[in-house]
Amino acid sequence: MGHTVIEKIFMNHSSDEVKPGNVIWLDIDTRTARDFGGPNVVKRLETVYGGDVELADPSRTFFTFDCVVPANNIPYANNQQLCRVFARKKGMKVFDVDSGIGSHVAIENGLCWPGSIYVGTDSHLNILGAVGCFGQGMGDADIAFAFKTGRNWFEVPETIKVVFKGKPYEFPVTAKDLTLWTLRHMGSRGALGCAVEFDGEVIENLSMHERITLSSMVTEMGGIIGFIPPSEEILAHFRNVTANHEVAMPLPDADASYSRVVEIDISGLQPQIACPPKPDNVKDVREVAGRPVDAVFIGSCTNGRVEDFHAAAKIFSRFPVHEGVMAKAVPATKGVFGELLADGTIAALYKAGVIISNPGCGGCASGQIGMTGKGEVQISTSNRNFRGKQGDGDTYLASPVVAAVCAVTGEITDPADFLAKEGIQ
Amino acid sequence: MKIKGRVWVLTDAKGMLIDDIDTDMIFHNRYLAETDIAKMGQYALDNLNGWEDFAEKAASGDIVIAGRNFGSGSSRQQAVDCFKSLGISLLIAESFGAIYKRNAINSAMPILEAPGIRDAGYKSGDIIEVNTENGLIVNENDIQFQGRAFSRVQRDILTAGGLFSYAEKMGPGN
Ligand code: SF4
Repeated sequence: MGHTVIEKIFMNHSSDEVKPGNVIWLDIDTRTARDFGGPNVVKRLETVYGGDVELADPSRTFFTFDCVVPANNIPYANNQQLCRVFARKKGMKVFDVDSGIGSHVAIENGLCWPGSIYVGTDSHLNILGAVGCFGQGMGDADIAFAFKTGRNWFEVPETIKVVFKGKPYEFPVTAKDLTLWTLRHMGSRGALGCAVEFDGEVIENLSMHERITLSSMVTEMGGIIGFIPPSEEILAHFRNVTANHEVAMPLPDADASYSRVVEIDISGLQPQIACPPKPDNVKDVREVAGRPVDAVFIGSCTNGRVEDFHAAAKIFSRFPVHEGVMAKAVPATKGVFGELLADGTIAALYKAGVIISNPGCGGCASGQIGMTGKGEVQISTSNRNFRGKQGDGDTYLASPVVAAVCAVTGEITDPADFLAKEGIQ
Repeated sequence: MKIKGRVWVLTDAKGMLIDDIDTDMIFHNRYLAETDIAKMGQYALDNLNGWEDFAEKAASGDIVIAGRNFGSGSSRQQAVDCFKSLGISLLIAESFGAIYKRNAINSAMPILEAPGIRDAGYKSGDIIEVNTENGLIVNENDIQFQGRAFSRVQRDILTAGGLFSYAEKMGPGN
């Protein structure tokens, strides 16, 4: 019997028998904690083992600050400082408040790589499936244990295969629409407790940022991780940044066993939008067109890459933000910010009237770039629209293109209709 | 390892095994300020219809049998610790919530999955014996039911007395 991708990654990191339902010990390549959860990891290690606790391998253990960066309140400032002091004592590297979203920092700097295992205190770490890494968020006790031992246990999940059928889409339809369409089909429990493997022609041609968008929302389908077969672009990137590691993402065996195969037809895919209050409450943008929009947020681990801002800039370089709309942009990382500065995108956004903030989770977590008030409508490119996460208002989830078009029209607008009306191809 | 004890089958008024018992029914959020494990036992299941007096009835060594998705909901560790506090020797359920399962295993609370046990015919007051190596359950009338054996990981952590004691034994870099 053949094996799925996750089974092969587990087999490379465990001496236990890997089969769905088995609980096995895994050797973890990289363990991390962010500023949310990190301080509890430190406190737990110090109460259980004392201040001179020895870590399995400090060179494979990191802090990545991204939630409240730089700290805007005293408890967070104290907590970040607690982690910094611990890191100095142990010889760990800190990706500090200027770095950006931890999962993206990991990809850019080669802290993870195809075929590796990466854990941390961020529930969206399964985004790393985009690059063929088994990424997993855990609680502070589990992460403290991983810091100390370099291992943890995991129950081998079943794997679902999701196969996309039909002709690939074109601009202004993007990978976010594909992602929301997938969520519309799978629902919030469609992949509950399972690993997902994506397959189909449209998938093979996705570039890195598009893979990140798709994998990031497997969390919202209840899944453990979503893998996409690696492209040359992905492998080349990691060969570049991780000189010391073998870069080879396992491929599933032809006779691998799946608990379910789901086919999703993407023919005629239209721009999609997730309506409040749940990410799987997805509709065609046209079905909710016309609702006045007060705020727009472009960024997050789902849509915070260079190409996402380029897509938004296609709109903002021609049209200004509508009077009274708060449009906010937050690059995922320092590297992304740097590229956008160099190629003029930041200037274009600024001229259109967009508020631009330093890299990180701002806009998605803890209101670093503002929150919405009751009755306010926000179009966000992030991944969760539960009440309260981005404010008291109504949050809709959509692509950077949809968000940008809504920002300039001041109401929910299908980008295809907008572009046709403006006579733009 | 063998675990033997008197059993509490968590059934509703109609005698049906209860599914989806969440962490608020096991350990209600109004008690979350409690940090002393010794005091947590008194609140166990006091928000579950018909089982409000569980803590008074239960004795050290008893075994609990529940339905599907036991411990769904929040990640609170108290929902595991309140049973440890009472000295409950084993939790059997048709299935457990994913986080609950991690918490129970990590804190060395013995749990056993036994899908289908609702039809086995066990009732509260039975004395059952469970072989954790092979998952076999048997009561004093010789009614047998096959549950799932403890995984090696579960046994490792249980023998060590919890996840952190296990780490201590392994030492760094192991
Ligand atoms: S951008 Fe939002 S979802 Fe993504 S890691 Fe940050 S807080 Fe979590």
